[in-house]
Amino acid sequence: MLQTISLLMENKPGALLRVTGVLAARGYNIESLTVAKTMDPELSRMTIVVDVEDRLRTQVIKQMNKLINVLQASDMSETPAVIREMVLVRVRCSQETRTAVIKEAEIFHARVVDSSTEGFAIEATGEPGKLDEFVDVMRSYGETDVVRSGAISMSLEARKLRLQPPVSTPVAV
Amino acid sequence: MHTEMDGKLMTGAEILLECLTREGVECFFGYPGGVTLPFYDALYDHHIRHILVRHEENAAFAAEGYARATGKVGVCCATSGPGATNLVTGLVDAMMDSIPLVAITGQVHSKLIGSDAFQEADTFGITRSCTKHNFMVKNVQELPQIIKEAFYIAASGRPGPVLVDIPKDVFQARSHYVPVESVHLPGYKVFTEGHAGQIRRAAQLIWEAEKPLVYAGGGIIAANASAELTELVETANLPAVCTLMALGSLSSGHPNFISMPGMHGSYAANMALTDCDLLIALGTRFDDRVTGSLNTFAKHARVIHVDIDPAEIGKNRIPDIPIVGDVKRVLQKLIKNLQELEAESKAVKAPARTTWHKQIKVWKAERPYDCPHSDTEIKPQHLMEEIDRLSGGQAIVCSDVGQHQMWAAQLIRFNEPRLWINSGGLGSMGFGMPSALGAQMARPDKLVFSISGDGGFQMSLSELATIASHALPIKIIVMNNGVLGMVRQWQTLFYNNRLSAITLDCFPDAEKLAAAYGFKGRTIDKPWELASALLEAVNEPGPYLLNVKVTPDENVYPMVPAGGAIYDMVFCPKEPVGV
Repeated sequence: MLQTISLLMENKPGALLRVTGVLAARGYNIESLTVAKTMDPELSRMTIVVDVEDRLRTQVIKQMNKLINVLQASDMSETPAVIREMVLVRVRCSQETRTAVIKEAEIFHARVVDSSTEGFAIEATGEPGKLDEFVDVMRSYGETDVVRSGAISMSLEARKLRLQPPVSTPVAV
Repeated sequence: MHTEMDGKLMTGAEILLECLTREGVECFFGYPGGVTLPFYDALYDHHIRHILVRHEENAAFAAEGYARATGKVGVCCATSGPGATNLVTGLVDAMMDSIPLVAITGQVHSKLIGSDAFQEADTFGITRSCTKHNFMVKNVQELPQIIKEAFYIAASGRPGPVLVDIPKDVFQARSHYVPVESVHLPGYKVFTEGHAGQIRRAAQLIWEAEKPLVYAGGGIIAANASAELTELVETANLPAVCTLMALGSLSSGHPNFISMPGMHGSYAANMALTDCDLLIALGTRFDDRVTGSLNTFAKHARVIHVDIDPAEIGKNRIPDIPIVGDVKRVLQKLIKNLQELEAESKAVKAPARTTWHKQIKVWKAERPYDCPHSDTEIKPQHLMEEIDRLSGGQAIVCSDVGQHQMWAAQLIRFNEPRLWINSGGLGSMGFGMPSALGAQMARPDKLVFSISGDGGFQMSLSELATIASHALPIKIIVMNNGVLGMVRQWQTLFYNNRLSAITLDCFPDAEKLAAAYGFKGRTIDKPWELASALLEAVNEPGPYLLNVKVTPDENVYPMVPAGGAIYDMVFCPKEPVGV
């Protein structure tokens, strides 16, 4: 089953690789991955969608939480959460269907971001499933190019973030 | 704390040495090269002892031997590229056995990184998955902080290896050295105390159990919790098995000690695991070599699992009482709880507990480990028995990997922790001799045996030079059966005796080999020579190489075929199998 994992991590070189390494080492293929800085520029928020066997889901989260650079890894599939994605579609369409394409885009609350004689470039956001439908509809009008952002997620429950305070270490000399 | 070093303008190399000194490093193992030249130049004037090994892999193994013998962080050092890649096996080995290690590697000049420069390798990338954490130092100012964090991460929580990759220009750059006295790792959580309620519940379960069993793992040794383990076992009169990684954590001579469980564990240990109604798993990870098939492992038992690593809890077996914490702290509290409940609880299950202890005694008597002797040949078990006699549970025994490792684990007693040193999780051949080198460096007061097969011995043969040059009085015992014994055993038992690529002919003359390095050596093949030859080795003030030719076709028993139930043991047949 697809699992959505949200991670808060230190924005450091190699941190992304450590997280994806936990999945790659176990042979899991990542469906989507997004990462960006948070309000605190020293931290990044990452959302990973990955197909993990149910019985191993907790183990994967635990292994991620063990990583020094990870402050918190949580399973979004188990808590109330909003999951959203963005898609850019370039659709070629004939003069006759241009109006219909715009109407369809409106139904999906999508926005035309570029228009040319060849067709349109349209952006849409929404739940990943909804975007699948949108892409299908656009393809019925003509040739398309599609770029998807991958899912981002936000928990709807306030999660307590427990951080380790500085530790003073004994000096030998 | 302030010393004359504070604020002084120093090179990165000098700062690194100062940081190592402050971490209490007295000696480390390494091999210099192009990019570590500035570091070795600074070392020229420094008091820290550097042991020049003959291959970087052995630097890592020696540092492990040092760490395993003392509990301190072992340190090794290698240059960029091949030096760093040669460390990898040792890093994985330390990772698998949770051994605190800091590896310092040189890297090419920052400006050359990514240009396929001479001796450049992506050490940071290569070692990411085989370390607990790794660092690349970008500038000299961050060096003291990174070294502090490296040692802290290596030694705290579940210990493990940490690698610090340092470009050549960082060694050369100058900076005002400011000592670091704290670490701030917001994402690094170490759980030590254990949940008080769960510990209370565990104490109740222990008194309620009719057939309780302690299953102690390497975590006991890592946590220096041997005294607590002993007290636990005595407080509630619990029988105990110690895994390969935990031998010595409960003295082999303790009446409650059963033996090692698992694939080559004893009949009594495996039967006790199978039949117990409460399994008290302490600092252990339900490794496949211990559990065999998980579905049949301790099937009727409720499980208390104490481990410092939350990811180990429920990984292989879902416990009834999970306790995340430092096993030393948890055991102290558990013992206290047991004592509080003793008056009201102890008598309730006392008769059942007596029966349980009797049953274990019966199993022990029924099938002890095989220890055959012969009038004409030296049996490998006989060799271990003689080493045991000389050691009396006191010597450090560093083992390689294979049949000899299993016989040594079965037949040599260890009265204390940190005497039995072996590559448990990874099973790295070649580990024995370099780890003995590290252990003897750490414990010059101890008698150290290095026991290898003729295969593993030849994998790290180069360290004879290091041992000779430091005149380390290691007793290097080669259990020589002329084959890769464990592979041969599996080919015999599971591959129709089709013996493929296992013959090790052309073994060097041990006497001449040792003499070539300037110390004594000898080959023996008669059982009546064994005791006197070992005694001669032990009495020799310097190193000694004893090549013991043993029966070539002996198998290790009992044996649980891989993936089988641990109560389904194969025992030594009356007639030899195969050959």
